[in-house]
Amino acid sequence: MSEAITFRFDVDGTDFTSAGQASVQVKKNLRQLGISPEVIRRVSIAMYEGEINMVIHAGGGEAEVTVTESSIKIVLADHGPGIADVALAMQEGYSTAPANVRSLGFGAGMGLPNMKRYTDEMKVESEVGKGTTVTMIVNIPRGT
Amino acid sequence: MTVSQFAVLHGYDIQTMPDGEAEVSSGYAGDLLSWVMGRAQAGQVWITIMSNINIVAVASLTGVSCVLLAEGVKAGADVVEAATARGVNILSSEKTAYELAAEISRDDPGLRT
Repeated sequence: MSEAITFRFDVDGTDFTSAGQASVQVKKNLRQLGISPEVIRRVSIAMYEGEINMVIHAGGGEAEVTVTESSIKIVLADHGPGIADVALAMQEGYSTAPANVRSLGFGAGMGLPNMKRYTDEMKVESEVGKGTTVTMIVNIPRGT
Repeated sequence: MTVSQFAVLHGYDIQTMPDGEAEVSSGYAGDLLSWVMGRAQAGQVWITIMSNINIVAVASLTGVSCVLLAEGVKAGADVVEAATARGVNILSSEKTAYELAAEISRDDPGLRT
């Protein structure tokens, strides 16, 4: 693979039950590209968490995944309410998710920390009232 | 041991088993999906009482060998359908998560972590 391959998805913010479709599709695409299982696992977990966040907090958004020989870049962009205090949101256990979401097993305050844990680089750009863009990079180790 | 053998050995109810040949490694118990997402390992049996549709995505993305629903919880028809389509095995039992973990550990020394 010499050129970058890009996948784009619209994340539906109205249907919580279908959240994760983009991540599952990316997992399939990466498998077809012959990416190693561990890299696929890290990308799909990080992306799923981001997808869930977009559905819970932002009414959906767009996801873009770019695959090159050396890395996989995931950009998740929404036009939701934004994050007032990113450092606070990054803390494990901190959550602003509503009760109905918690009853489904989400909203434990693990989403952003998991995204950071499973990626090599992560950047959160957010403006209150405008939206949030999360950029994550997972490096592909040589020889895998 | 395969999921198919595992289910028969313990007498768990099979709600759907589209991939009975998946290998069972060890186990993980938890109901907070993000927590499970971050910690469950591929091949593990995931014991939970959570049965909403999102367990299918979590099971698929983490690569657990099966979901084992505890305390008589059953997955609904929509969840079973989605799981079958995505190759996610779902078993169920009347026992508690504690009892299931203890039972699996006792009967299958190879699955102890």
